[in-house]
Amino acid sequence: MSRIRKTFEKLNGKKALVGFVTAGDPTIEKSLEIIEEMCRRGLDVLELGVPFSDPTADGPVIQRSSTRAIGSGVNLRAVIEMVRKIRGFSTIPVVVFTYYNPIIAYGTEAFCRDAVDAGADGLLVVDLPPEESDELTDILGDGLDLIRLIAPTTPPERMKRIAEKASGFLYLVSMTGVTGAGGIDHNELASVADQLKEACKDLPVCVGFGISTPRDVVRVAPLCDGVVVGSAFERAIEESLAGNPVDNVGKLVASLKKALPSAIPAENG
Amino acid sequence: MKLAQDLMTGNFMPSSIQPDARGHFGPYGGRYVAETLMPALIELERAYETICSEAAFQAELAQLLRDYAGRPTPLFRAKRLSAHIGGASIYLKREDLAHTGAHKINNTIGQALLAKWMGKGKVIAETGAGQHGVATATVAALFGMECKIFMGVEDIARQAPNVLRMKLLGAEVVPVDSGTGTLKDAMSEAIRYWVGAVRDTFYIIGSVAGPHPYPAMVRDFQRVIGDEARRQIIEAEGVLPQMLIACVGGGSNAMGLFYPFLDDPVKMVGVEAAGLGIETGKHAATLGAGKTGVLHGSKSYVLQNADGQITEAYSVSAGLDYPGVGPEHAMLKDSGRVRYESVKDGEALEAFHLLSVLEGIIPALESSHAVARAMVEAAALPSTDNIIVNLSGRGDKDLGIVTGSGRQPDGKRGSHE
Repeated sequence: MSRIRKTFEKLNGKKALVGFVTAGDPTIEKSLEIIEEMCRRGLDVLELGVPFSDPTADGPVIQRSSTRAIGSGVNLRAVIEMVRKIRGFSTIPVVVFTYYNPIIAYGTEAFCRDAVDAGADGLLVVDLPPEESDELTDILGDGLDLIRLIAPTTPPERMKRIAEKASGFLYLVSMTGVTGAGGIDHNELASVADQLKEACKDLPVCVGFGISTPRDVVRVAPLCDGVVVGSAFERAIEESLAGNPVDNVGKLVASLKKALPSAIPAENG
Repeated sequence: MKLAQDLMTGNFMPSSIQPDARGHFGPYGGRYVAETLMPALIELERAYETICSEAAFQAELAQLLRDYAGRPTPLFRAKRLSAHIGGASIYLKREDLAHTGAHKINNTIGQALLAKWMGKGKVIAETGAGQHGVATATVAALFGMECKIFMGVEDIARQAPNVLRMKLLGAEVVPVDSGTGTLKDAMSEAIRYWVGAVRDTFYIIGSVAGPHPYPAMVRDFQRVIGDEARRQIIEAEGVLPQMLIACVGGGSNAMGLFYPFLDDPVKMVGVEAAGLGIETGKHAATLGAGKTGVLHGSKSYVLQNADGQITEAYSVSAGLDYPGVGPEHAMLKDSGRVRYESVKDGEALEAFHLLSVLEGIIPALESSHAVARAMVEAAALPSTDNIIVNLSGRGDKDLGIVTGSGRQPDGKRGSHE
């Protein structure tokens, strides 16, 4: 069983906090410090974002973080090296979160081999829907879990087909919009989450996009097995570039984590 | 004559149908987008297949192309230019005479009509030179649709007349300052906006780029250029031309001209922008100097660095200033069916001036690249040969750049005052 699945088993009904940061923002060294602090404060799963020049699914906060990271010299090779260093201080499951083009440029085969060797556990390619992913999965094999996206626009029949090809966990996008946008429609989200659970009983479901505060976490957590927070961490980094982003992000992890247990339904065991 | 009869039916299909069912042109094309957009693209593909094959849709489209866009556009024999070069005869396909001054209207009428049939009341588009933005704003006005045009701040500065036109037509022009503030960033931003508005908004993509079904759909709406040109050259000369030449940014005017001739013994040359020279790195020759990658929803050649980051394209012509290219062109390059060349800023400007003084036609800077290459090709052919050059747009929008008040051909950004 993969490290991702083991993590969800160990949580035993408790909700996971999944955190996204852009690798190497603002620098590789500082980014590793931030990640170490996030782990120390109780993060359950790490999504490590590969900065890309044209992130078409991301809002302005993650766009700016990508620009900073690219500016500090981060490429896919550097991200893989960061995974190796993270393995030096933590056993947290690491999902490499990327657009497809950096993988093509690196070489798909070489990437899969090097990412597994460095200790990565999962891969999420934002712009690679199941219709196009065979060329990657044929090479990937069982080395990495392939996390798939489900959107509020995804019809139930399609959810089923996506879930069949997924591993690790399913990432449910909370709303029709890019990362960091506001305005989750909680009624719609609840109904999509229900449909998804119906379509897929095996995999944990994590909800992300537009979740930034403990209050958001409290509202969303009952619908799923984990919540994903990304832009909020990047905003915390951006706001304290001149100060102490490590502490700033660490505190946010702690406050989100604290919000989670109160959301566990009592009947879960 | 069997050939002419076939030509008159207008039902030509190339012997091997491209793309395949999932939108692939050989190893290129496809649909590389976030899941949120996938259902919309599948819906669009189905709507395109069912609605566009209906006779009532085709009749409405044909009427609009004739009465509103002014089709067919003429095929004009440029005698003085041909004599000046002293080789093959050059024919100009006068897309500059279509409504709004470029071929872009062929596609926007088709897509807006499809949007209307699908019941979508809002349209968005990206634009570089502003020609596609103007053509989209135009049809949005015609159909009473709400319209947003995404345009890079750099392009807004160098294509001011088109910005004014779009506003006059009732569209909202959304400035995009991310990245390099050019067409690539405008398209990225339009995709982001569409992710949030996909339920009620139709995205009118202006080139044979983007995710399936756009590359095939845009080509099919633009093939009217080639269908007409084929009939017209047969009428004028009684034979097919020896060569077709068109400029290639994303590649819609070139695919439109080339497509109906793909099975004919006709040579084809696509002309990319070499900017200040490919060796300087300041160019937009995606097929000439790019590598396979994924940008804006499809796999094709892409200008990128070793890390897979998309690099800035450069051309004096805003409409060619794009680091990607349509996937069908990528396939045609690999197969060798189309030869792709590139033309520098200076050569395009020379052709711009030459066509103006020799024929009384001021071409768009984009089309000037095709004219410049045609001069080279024509000189090497006998005077009995014929070349068709797609004059994809008119040059009024470029007067500021050519006279020195817009971005300069030395690659520096000019004063925007």
